[in-house]
Amino acid sequence: MRQSRRNVLRRFFYAGLFGTSLACSNRSQPQNSLESGSQSIRRTIRVAAAADLKFAMDELIRAFHHEEPQIAVTVSYGSSGNFYSQLSSRAPFDMYFSADVSYPRRLAEQGAAYQGSEFAYAIGRLVVWVPAGSPIDVAKMKIEALRHPSVRHVAVANPKHAPYGRAAEAAMRSLGVYETVADRLVYGENVAQTLQFVQSGAAEIGIVALSLALAPSVHGQGHYWEIPLDSYPRMEQGGIILKWTQQAEAAQSFRSFALAPAGRQILKNYGFYLPEE
Amino acid sequence: MDWIAIGLSVRLSLWTTFILLLVGLPIAYWLTFSKRRWKFLVEALVALPLVLPPTVLGFYILLAIGPKSPVGRFYTETTGWVLPFSFQGLLIASVLYSLPFAVQPFASAFKSVDRRLIEASWCLGVSRLHTFWHLIVPLSQPGLITGMVLSFAHTLGEFGVVLMVGGNLPGITRTVSISIYDEVQALNYEAAAQTSLLLLCISFLVLAVTYGLQRRFSAAWPMS
Repeated sequence: MRQSRRNVLRRFFYAGLFGTSLACSNRSQPQNSLESGSQSIRRTIRVAAAADLKFAMDELIRAFHHEEPQIAVTVSYGSSGNFYSQLSSRAPFDMYFSADVSYPRRLAEQGAAYQGSEFAYAIGRLVVWVPAGSPIDVAKMKIEALRHPSVRHVAVANPKHAPYGRAAEAAMRSLGVYETVADRLVYGENVAQTLQFVQSGAAEIGIVALSLALAPSVHGQGHYWEIPLDSYPRMEQGGIILKWTQQAEAAQSFRSFALAPAGRQILKNYGFYLPEE
Repeated sequence: MDWIAIGLSVRLSLWTTFILLLVGLPIAYWLTFSKRRWKFLVEALVALPLVLPPTVLGFYILLAIGPKSPVGRFYTETTGWVLPFSFQGLLIASVLYSLPFAVQPFASAFKSVDRRLIEASWCLGVSRLHTFWHLIVPLSQPGLITGMVLSFAHTLGEFGVVLMVGGNLPGITRTVSISIYDEVQALNYEAAAQTSLLLLCISFLVLAVTYGLQRRFSAAWPMS
């Protein structure tokens, strides 16, 4: 009895092993043929990007890949402040797209930037967002929507380290609603988690990035009202190429792509204003 | 140093330990003495938080206690409060998250009690409940203490689940680990270092005292 059970287990084990090896070989094959076909070495750049870029960056990379198929771009999304402290300890990224230009600027001052690689790529925009079934007419009530009686929790990004959180707080103060909603604020780790809080229904309303509200998977799931640009400090978004990159050339070509008309158009479609506009 | 967060974490850990004692004892008892064939399914279920990433747990909990779920709606209708971003919500998350850390030591302690003593007690006409309180519990004391200390320490160090469901409210859901994370991200390394050191000392002390006491009881290692 025990012997046979052990045999069954062993058979499962080998089946699993076989399955994994099959999957691995399948995956590696097309890549090999691609490399030998184009006769160029496939290079990978690693990008640390602010959470508000989640969808725009994916699109940007798709478009870039079309133009430069031999360069692969892998992205990690998170809060800009978190990346800043990781990069201060030489986190192994080649490029950094921050939601706040001050972080890359500070890194450059510390000598962590590849020479002359600082760039500004977008201006962030804030929206008040409610899910589709919400009783709040956010387009009509505007910022007053935060004071709607059905609101128990207002989700914002953590102002301590997320640029969108700082901007949201500044906007609430300048529009005069901060005092009344202060005790209803809940803080997302970054602006994407903030949106997730509202989407899940855990918070009734939130202040998020327009770039997230416009994303294909979010659009149609909710309504938003854009907070006027002049009610919070301009959210200049910038980045750098890191000094320790092994792929300076590849990183530079991705940087130029993001700043060229094609890249700018993508950022614009995803709800960013552009610098010099 | 963030004393509010430290106080909150200690409070959360104490409550979690208390509830796990209430919930964990019957579960562990059932797991030890039941003869059901599907017992292994419950064992697997209890052990799940050991292997599941806190993000998975946190994600499910946020959905489960949110106003869109039956549980969340029932709670709001009966109490008028909402569970997400509240101490109670965090407490539910912590109890689930630390469940195996209480139940497993409890169960293995029960298992190590000499079966003949238990059966002798039953045969002499002592009720099951009475046997449990006056025989099994005293004899498995070291395991019970280990379970409680591990629940306490594990909740004190809980991070991922709190990040997912807490909402970072000072005094309500901003626990020590979240506070440290915030300070690091806001580049206040000094404050982070102080709180981290304190947490390290508390955790070490709690474990050292427990294992020191265990030696007196000369019990077998209960986690195996």
